[in-house]
Amino acid sequence: MVAFIIRRFIQSLFVMFVVALVSFAMFQFIGDPVNQMVGIETSLAERAALRERLGLNDPIYVQFWHYIVNAVSGDFGLSYQHKRPVADMLLERLPATLELSLVSALFSLIVGIPMGVYTGLNRDGFLAKLFLTISLIGISLPTFLIGILLIFVFSVMMANAPPIPVFDLFTIYPSALQLPSFGRGTTVDIGSWRTGLLTTDGLKALIMPSITLGLFQLTLIMRLVRSEMLEVLRTDYIKFARARGLANRAINFGHALKNTLVPVITITGLQVGSIIAFAIITETVFQWPGMGQMFLLAVQNVDIPIMAAYLMLIAFFFVVINLIVDMLYYVVDPRLRVDAGKVSGHG
Amino acid sequence: MADARMPTPAPGSVAVPTARPGLADGVHRFFDSDVWFSFKRSPITIGAAAVTLLYFVMAVFGPWIAPHDPFDLAKLDLLDSLIPPAWMADGEARFPLGTDDQGRDLLSAIIYGSRVSLVIGFASVLLSMVIGIGLGLISGFVGGAIDAFIMRMAEIQLSFPAILVALLINGVIIGYFKTHPEWQVDQVTLAYVVLVLSIGLSNWVQYARTVRGSTLVERNKEYVQAAHVIGIHPAMIMWRHILPNVMGPVLVIATIQLALAVITEATLSFLGVGVPPTEPSLGTLIRVGNDYLFSGEWWVTIFPGAALAILVLAVNLLGDWLRDALNPKLR
Amino acid sequence: MTMASPLLQVRNLVVEFPTRRGALTAVDDVSFDIAEGEVLGVVGESGAGKSLTGAAIIGLLEPPGRVASGEIILEGRRIDTLSYEQMRRIRGKQIGAIFQDPLTSLNPLYSVGRQLTETILTHTDMTPTKARDRAIELLTEVGIPAPERRIDQYPHQFSGGMRQRVVIALALCVNPRLVVADEPTTALDVSIQAQIIALLKKLCREHGTAIMLVTHDMGVIAETADRVAVMYAGRIAEIGPVREVIKNAKHPYTHGLMGSIPAVGHDAERLEQIPGSMPRLTDIPTGCAFNRRCLHVHERCFKDRPDALPVEDSRVACWLYDSANAMSLDEAKRAVASKETGSVEQANV
Repeated sequence: MVAFIIRRFIQSLFVMFVVALVSFAMFQFIGDPVNQMVGIETSLAERAALRERLGLNDPIYVQFWHYIVNAVSGDFGLSYQHKRPVADMLLERLPATLELSLVSALFSLIVGIPMGVYTGLNRDGFLAKLFLTISLIGISLPTFLIGILLIFVFSVMMANAPPIPVFDLFTIYPSALQLPSFGRGTTVDIGSWRTGLLTTDGLKALIMPSITLGLFQLTLIMRLVRSEMLEVLRTDYIKFARARGLANRAINFGHALKNTLVPVITITGLQVGSIIAFAIITETVFQWPGMGQMFLLAVQNVDIPIMAAYLMLIAFFFVVINLIVDMLYYVVDPRLRVDAGKVSGHG
Repeated sequence: MADARMPTPAPGSVAVPTARPGLADGVHRFFDSDVWFSFKRSPITIGAAAVTLLYFVMAVFGPWIAPHDPFDLAKLDLLDSLIPPAWMADGEARFPLGTDDQGRDLLSAIIYGSRVSLVIGFASVLLSMVIGIGLGLISGFVGGAIDAFIMRMAEIQLSFPAILVALLINGVIIGYFKTHPEWQVDQVTLAYVVLVLSIGLSNWVQYARTVRGSTLVERNKEYVQAAHVIGIHPAMIMWRHILPNVMGPVLVIATIQLALAVITEATLSFLGVGVPPTEPSLGTLIRVGNDYLFSGEWWVTIFPGAALAILVLAVNLLGDWLRDALNPKLR
Repeated sequence: MTMASPLLQVRNLVVEFPTRRGALTAVDDVSFDIAEGEVLGVVGESGAGKSLTGAAIIGLLEPPGRVASGEIILEGRRIDTLSYEQMRRIRGKQIGAIFQDPLTSLNPLYSVGRQLTETILTHTDMTPTKARDRAIELLTEVGIPAPERRIDQYPHQFSGGMRQRVVIALALCVNPRLVVADEPTTALDVSIQAQIIALLKKLCREHGTAIMLVTHDMGVIAETADRVAVMYAGRIAEIGPVREVIKNAKHPYTHGLMGSIPAVGHDAERLEQIPGSMPRLTDIPTGCAFNRRCLHVHERCFKDRPDALPVEDSRVACWLYDSANAMSLDEAKRAVASKETGSVEQANV
């Protein structure tokens, strides 16, 4: 196991190296960064001094080396546009993105896995087919459109809808169901971490963005769990479990579900990366003050240091999550825990 | 499909590279095949095909179909702005789906917008297909260090979502043109080029992986070996013999990728790094309309949104069906 | 063995698979009994319907396959009409099952002990501690060394033969009256096959458990079974005491089957082979299913399906043994045993 983890760790380093190379190349491709950093009125001498100070006169591999060393120590340079350290800017916005991503990942798992199990077990049932059809529509709807639709229904329509009297018993006020559609709501600072998870307001503000962000992953997980369930239910050990007379619940949720977990963990791990990336869109729709929104502004303004740092950060998350996934395999699958040499002789 | 009915070449009759089926033969076989049969039996697929066809017709004949020319800024009248759909109280018959903030007829804008979206979608699918097939063929056929390198890159790129890669490429290319003013390009052309490049370059991996896999299988087959032995150039072998064999899966990927490309284009345009509002695509229309959602002019964003969703859904359904039809093993 | 109250009675069992082109009959009008403690071998080529018969008895036919007609009666109780839940309580408790591949029969993610105890706990009201003790006992019984240690290990830590021992322990863990063993040794090394069969037989004898042993291996049948049923194209061609069927095969198919088995000490010039192959389910001829390949075929074989005719201690589905036939029993037996085509059928066809 240790050897395996070390191997994966080296692979991760390689990935980070390539991503760093790409980030570094972006600076080179755009042209002279000095022009991006100074105004028209800066003299040639000042520019030359800046070039020297930034190390732009060094050979390219030396510059790349400095870039990596700086990145490892958390220095991603100054934003062209804001003239502030990129690392600080990212860190300020990191909590918003991470909380949003975490909540939507949980949402997609908690809803997606049971739906997948259900559709796998009742493959010809009406509800199962309905879920599958809806999931196809869910995949076809672009994330931003889902966000807009949610805002339209839960913010616009709910706010304008008149109260609905239910006979003479009570009245439903749709405006009470209205959800906040912009920003994080009330937040609380814990150290440098600004959280929206501790206030009702902040939690309410999370509902629509996390549904928007999680819906695609939800359909993906549902379909994956479904097809894995169908696969596992055909295996000999499930047949044998039935032949042993085990209760359906034990077979479906004990034996079958556990065997679908390995692929689900893999995909979930991969998807966390894409959740963070798709947060760019969700954050834009809901004006969520996260890293994604900042990255988008950086793209629009060609603020390469932010783009490069964001790319490296995402890659770092990706690599870390993959290492965690690898270790989770060991928890789930006993076949990986024991050395292969321990198999007993023929009997 | 891949059962005993497939004719197996008799041993000894190995060197028959010229005896591969031609195109006409292929077309004939298509209508005789299980694929056509399963198409006829699936009403959803027929519906999806009809809708897709409708969009294609709209895209091609847009200028003749659309009641107005939404790209002609001179004809727009701000007095016509934000008129609701025809069936609503303040609606007007000349604008069936209402107008946007510029006084543009939404129906015409949607027709033209679909055209823009589909053109960019097709162009970028074509680009990623060419890159992906090329790299996949080279990777599978040449093997060795080149193969390892290409596949490693593919793996790394694949671990990043396409939309992120597209945004990065988009930012870099825009930055390049900003800092290199010697390239004289107008804004709309630039937007098209940037979109096609960024979407195309972010989606080649799937083609490359599939083609490489099939190439590895085909490469070791006897007819390829035989062609190799009698001195046919490797490029010729790939072109004539390997490529036709990988077209099935490539077609499936291309269909699904078309839906993805349309979504990506719309997303980029919605995020403000795509097609400019002067000649809007569906995504741009939604972006523009989004600002009016709260003031009650919902139609400006909901109609283009629905048009986009229907197009993508139809193409996705087609892709789904095609995948199952060409690969019965997947149920 | 008294045939008065058989443990299991299968009466006119028909298993069908509905397809686009109508139902395929995979098991066609099969009847047999299994007595208490008896070992019934079921042989036949793959596709003959022997595994499906077993699956129908344990109530685990894979959909869309279904019992179309007939009865299955266990200890006087009809079980083919039970609900899934009722049948579940019988499976494992009254009927155990052993499948072909021990490598895939055990859930890789659960320890052997957990799979044993969960089965015991499902069917008895033992405490978990007692169930664990029982599991260790069972592992000892099936000959797994150091069971106290092995019980917490996972299937992949056992060899193929050891895993099949675990499977046997699982099938027998609450003392079922009948075990349906479907090719229990086919996936194992030849050297281990005999051990597993001996173990199975010994345990069942000790516990008085009857076995329905489905296999295509006549050698295993010869060593193990009391009686044997020979299946062909979904039907029973011949059923009778194992010595009778092996030494004195009456059905032309059985005879051909026995001739195709290599035997040490027999200096036959070469193995006999039955010409042709078993018909596919879509293509079963009317009359006798064997009529296209039979050396003794006559007109009636193409028209009427042969009844299971009693011949000595066996029942044989072959018109040669019909009392209306011109041949005497001895003539018929001689005709089948001879390689030449008999005299009866020369008159016809």
